[in-house]
Amino acid sequence: MKIQQRWPGESRFKGWFYLLPGLAIYLVFIFFPILSTIRNSFYKWNGFSGTREFIQLDNYARLLGDAQFIKALTNNFIFIIFYSIIPILIGLMLASLLGRKPIRGMTFFRTGLFLPQILSMVVVGVTWRWIFNPTFGLLNTGLRAVGLDSLTRPWLGDFQMALPSVGAIGTWVMYGFCMVLFLAGMQRIPEDQYEAAQLDGAGGFRQFLHVTLPNLRAELGVALVTTVIAALRVFDLVYVTTRGGPGDSTLVTGFLVYRSAFQQNQLGYASAVATVMTILIFVISLVILRFQSRQEA
Amino acid sequence: MRRRTWQRQLPNYVILTLFLLIILIPIVGLVFSAFKTDAEVTKGPLALPSQLRLDAFKDAWTTGRFNFFFRNSVIVTVVVVIVSVLLSTLTGYAFALLPLPGRKFLYPLLLLGYMVPFEAVIIPLYHMMNQMDLTDTYWALILPQVGLSVSFGTLWMTSFFRAAPRELVDAAAIDGCNRWQLLWRILWPLARPAVLTLVVLTFMWTWNEFLLALVMVQKETMRTLPVGLAFFQGRYSANIPLMAAGSLIVAGPILLVYIIFQRYFIRGMLGGAVKG
Repeated sequence: MKIQQRWPGESRFKGWFYLLPGLAIYLVFIFFPILSTIRNSFYKWNGFSGTREFIQLDNYARLLGDAQFIKALTNNFIFIIFYSIIPILIGLMLASLLGRKPIRGMTFFRTGLFLPQILSMVVVGVTWRWIFNPTFGLLNTGLRAVGLDSLTRPWLGDFQMALPSVGAIGTWVMYGFCMVLFLAGMQRIPEDQYEAAQLDGAGGFRQFLHVTLPNLRAELGVALVTTVIAALRVFDLVYVTTRGGPGDSTLVTGFLVYRSAFQQNQLGYASAVATVMTILIFVISLVILRFQSRQEA
Repeated sequence: MRRRTWQRQLPNYVILTLFLLIILIPIVGLVFSAFKTDAEVTKGPLALPSQLRLDAFKDAWTTGRFNFFFRNSVIVTVVVVIVSVLLSTLTGYAFALLPLPGRKFLYPLLLLGYMVPFEAVIIPLYHMMNQMDLTDTYWALILPQVGLSVSFGTLWMTSFFRAAPRELVDAAAIDGCNRWQLLWRILWPLARPAVLTLVVLTFMWTWNEFLLALVMVQKETMRTLPVGLAFFQGRYSANIPLMAAGSLIVAGPILLVYIIFQRYFIRGMLGGAVKG
């Protein structure tokens, strides 16, 4: 900490001059609005000019029995399966299959596998709407080509299939990221740990369990935080592919906030949903990070 | 010898290629579709277009107003990237190297923004901008995005400046450099890789941002590319070549930057996260 020492003749507040412009913009446009959202969640507020009425925790009480909120939250948790669990399993499986020998041309594969991460979710959504298109989409055309006509359906318009279909898009976006992350992590595991395990007579699976997995702890933590947050924040993709439909079958909290605030003018209620969503993201991230650092200690 | 390595690795290449194809096929199909006619689209999703026609791009660009969306996205992104990278450099420098009373409280306060979804700020933000008559202006798109970017940028630049060689800082002090000169003449040139990573990440996040632009902009000609494309999709969803061309206009610039700077992208998104 000595490096932050004052130089001779320097103001004690030198750092503040450098901090101020960035901090001011952050406070005005991000931090204070967060506080306003929390405050608004204790009000009933139905219009842009209308007066607000303080109703304490009524908005939150309403959430507990609110079918659309419960539906949205459930869907976010189902998305964790598609955004986190499946991609992490695919990533782990592939990383262990590929092993730790450097692969020639890996840069090319890595660039491709990482590609969905950089694309706008709107572009991803448009692409997948084309794939799921009932008449000329890639999926139904492919199924018909191999004689599985009975499986074709309007994927995004089907009450049962819409949610897993949108979820599958999340898997598509995330698995390359997990693979690249785990592959990079595996290159760093010292060879002697595997040799020691082999001497102890550990087979491939035991080696994976006792050497690979514990050494990938940091990467697993990153993968979990990144993908779980993505699953809880989904908005763009649902907006473009289904707008929460059919019915409310693909409704998520992010879309519920948007819909109730900007289409139904229920600003207090929307603020309460947004607050719950934010707290959830915070708590889950902190739990994962805490769990990860405790294991490391 | 080399040949044997190649053979031993063959299963690896098969696995990698398979999973790469799952990612690339939808994208390639979309690219093909942009050059097709409506009739060709229904023939086969992955069939090559009969010729490279650019009609869909022309339609999207002029009738679809993508010329406006493109201009807006470029203006917003360039301003956000320049301003937030410069401000993050200053805040990171302050946290890492300068006397700063209150740092223990201020650092977590700033980092909070890194985890917050735009949903948590968008309602009050809309009212603030509305009261100041700033909706449908670039200000409404730029200022909140700078606020959010400064949050991650501070984290990023602080960890860079903390790792700066101590002797360099001391030597500069002895040579009579002031703090401002130390930052811009000595540390800034060293920061090139870190700054470049921050630039490409901020560029990507700003270029792809959706909810903020969706809420702040009502006027069609003020839309950014992702919002423009989303509305486009609502209107022309059956016209696949047009949708595909629009998507390529949205994805083109970010793809170009990604291909040139892919190492910085991947290092930023993986390395930064692992380090933190």
